[in-house]
Amino acid sequence: MVSLSVSIQTEDFDIGQEHQALRAQDERVGAVCSFLGTVRSQSDGQAVSAMALEHYPGMTEKAIMAMLNQAQDKFDIHAARVIHRIGDLMPGDQIVWVGVTSAHRGQSFQACEFLIDYLKTQAPFWKKEQTPNGARWVDARVSDDDALARWGIELPRQAG
Amino acid sequence: MKIHLRYFASVREAIGSGQETVQTQAAQVGQLRLELMKISPQHAEALALHKAVRAALNQVACTEDTALSDGDEVAFFPPVTGG
Repeated sequence: MVSLSVSIQTEDFDIGQEHQALRAQDERVGAVCSFLGTVRSQSDGQAVSAMALEHYPGMTEKAIMAMLNQAQDKFDIHAARVIHRIGDLMPGDQIVWVGVTSAHRGQSFQACEFLIDYLKTQAPFWKKEQTPNGARWVDARVSDDDALARWGIELPRQAG
Repeated sequence: MKIHLRYFASVREAIGSGQETVQTQAAQVGQLRLELMKISPQHAEALALHKAVRAALNQVACTEDTALSDGDEVAFFPPVTGG
């Protein structure tokens, strides 16, 4: 049985507790891999004093559960969880956490990287940064699309 | 038929609203985008064809060729930047 879960929340989270909970009562687990994303104080050469994260309620949870299901199909993992914060954040704050367990390290390392690559390009979140020159929406990076392409996933063709 | 629209991030700000409902004969998402651009100068700017605009049908990513049905929820938004 694979335990998959997603949480979209304004509150902060404790990665120690999350690590413990992810492998609790599952003695098949021999490896836990996780990724933590945080708010930087610099972006594209400008100071960032705060960040606001917008999302699409409903679609966000669906998109992340779809990617968790893909990770379960692709890799031999026992549990996977994604936490993503929304709302107002400050430099140094935790934004996103991805945790995966497996019997051996290879599968959880790969699944963790796959999940964050997928989330970056497919989950409907948008960052707006406060800079000395005013607020600005963060532009999507082509390198993020390239990162996802490594996993053999084609992006839907869109207008524009 | 009736379509419920959702706008997010820079598209929402440019249009000045996060949601609206329209009556349309558009058969596909791409045709709907062209129709919406006629509503106001703000819509025309937000959804301009030279801009990277993504779409979702009933909360699942879709393409401009995706077919529409009465009562659908269609969202337009810029490329995502989470994580």
